[in-house]
Amino acid sequence: MLGVYNPARARLKLLLTFGGLAVLAAAIWWGNANLSSYNLRILNLAGINAILAVSMNLIFGFTGLFSLGHAGFMAVGAYTCALLTLPVATKDSIFLLAPLAWPFSVITLPPIAAVVCAGATAGLMAYLTGFPVLRLRGDYLGIATLGFAEIIRVVANNIPSITNGALGLKGIPSFASNLWWTWGCVGITVFVISRLVNSVYGRSLLAVREDEVAAEIMGVNRTYHKTVAYVIGSFFAGVGGALMGSLVTTIDPKTFGFTLTFNILIIVVAGGLGSITGSVLTSVIYTVLLEALRPIEASWRIGPLRVPEIPGLRMVVFSLVLLVIILFYQRGLFGGREFSWDRVLDWIDRRRSRKQGVRA
Amino acid sequence: MLQLTDVNVHYGGIHAVKGVTMHVSPGSIVTLIGANGAGKSTILRAVSGLVRQCTGSIAFLGRPILGLRPHDIVKRGLTMSPEGRRIFPNLTVKENLALGSYSRTDRAGVADDEERVFRLFPRLKERISQPGGTLSGGEQQMLAVARALMSRPKLLMLDEPSLGLAPVLTQEIFEIITTIRNEGTTILLIEQNAFGALSIADYGYVLENGRIALEGPGKELLGSQAVQGAYLGARVGVV
Repeated sequence: MLGVYNPARARLKLLLTFGGLAVLAAAIWWGNANLSSYNLRILNLAGINAILAVSMNLIFGFTGLFSLGHAGFMAVGAYTCALLTLPVATKDSIFLLAPLAWPFSVITLPPIAAVVCAGATAGLMAYLTGFPVLRLRGDYLGIATLGFAEIIRVVANNIPSITNGALGLKGIPSFASNLWWTWGCVGITVFVISRLVNSVYGRSLLAVREDEVAAEIMGVNRTYHKTVAYVIGSFFAGVGGALMGSLVTTIDPKTFGFTLTFNILIIVVAGGLGSITGSVLTSVIYTVLLEALRPIEASWRIGPLRVPEIPGLRMVVFSLVLLVIILFYQRGLFGGREFSWDRVLDWIDRRRSRKQGVRA
Repeated sequence: MLQLTDVNVHYGGIHAVKGVTMHVSPGSIVTLIGANGAGKSTILRAVSGLVRQCTGSIAFLGRPILGLRPHDIVKRGLTMSPEGRRIFPNLTVKENLALGSYSRTDRAGVADDEERVFRLFPRLKERISQPGGTLSGGEQQMLAVARALMSRPKLLMLDEPSLGLAPVLTQEIFEIITTIRNEGTTILLIEQNAFGALSIADYGYVLENGRIALEGPGKELLGSQAVQGAYLGARVGVV
């Protein structure tokens, strides 16, 4: 069965793919119209987390670059997008410390252009920093990129004529509170990155992850491959940051501390390094669970006993869940596997043949 | 085909390779033998571009290659199967082989070569969708050689292909190396197993402390008292 080209099955798979996309589109359409703003916000956040997780998975999971600079690239993206989408009048009213530098002071772009610019700026930043930093390996790379993210944050705090310093930016147009926007971007991210990793090119990324030297003597240009993965991953980190800024409508340097990077890292590791499916689904589970666990922090009664409210308890429960995942699924929930219609169809075939076997 | 002239390599503060001059002529098996730490692997790493602190001259097919990046050297037809195999443990046998042909663009030729390595190593065909890390030591070595062959090299450099293999498998590997040569690929073979290597080699170099101590046709070296004493365990009076 494996590897044999079956035209009927190929047609079925294409049909299923379009069907699946249609169902998703219908769900988004329905959700936008009927969900409460609270639920919408959670779903939007889940989408943004998915973009961030998939992009980090490209860098860390597929290429093996232990980079902790995601929050930095998100900050670059978020600030770029915010500066480009804020109406000029709003800019005038919020820049109190120093007037906004030209050209940002006069231009306002439509959201799509601004998000693309946000990604491109983050990508450019990745290219420039990647040149020296990607020579490092393992933990050293992690430390260097973490340092880079902190530098971005400190710089953002100290150039009031562009970032408005510690006051941050407010009133960012909230186009990303629309599911089409966030999940549309998830779709694009997943499409681009999955096409990338399933190409010959992607296989060489895996080779670099497995053994850099061996990859190199097979003819893989390791510096080039690492740089491209890093730049593309950071592009989508910038897009994710831009959407997050638009969803929250206010950003300041504190938003982009390194805990943000670690949240994404948790999603990537729990979902499975090298599994795009894992990253997307775990982003949804993670975001929803964080909210769903809120009630356990409230005070409650057992008969005469009154348990006081314990802020932060959900984080304790959450850590336990993570421990369980790491203990029982060392390679993450999906362990490098991906969703595919072949897998589903094979499973259905097996079920059916087993049932017939029982009957006979 | 490959000419090294007065090659010196410094590793940190250590002068690992001292003024080595070697020649590999087309269609031959040339072997480089020597004890642990003599500098054999360093020479191969210098030729394949992995070691940068290297002086002297290295020419392949008449053109200098010293200073080129490893991936450029592979494109010119010089591939190494590294010491310790270094296969990709989490990728399948098929994917490992596909990476071997990474630098090529001729699909039909790649398919032919896949047939060829499966003919040379039938065991690999049985394991085609198994991750490389689950193979036995001998099979991993075969995979490493097969992967290097997938780039259709003009010159194949093998670093210790018999390392850690059972005697039967060692014998098999040496036979396969001869077959590969007979099919037209020139071979530079590094070995600690001096007897096996010299038995199949047309020409041999003996490396001692980073210098070429002795050279000559394989059979001649095999008969030489100095080589017998130092590497083949024969009892001779003085060495």
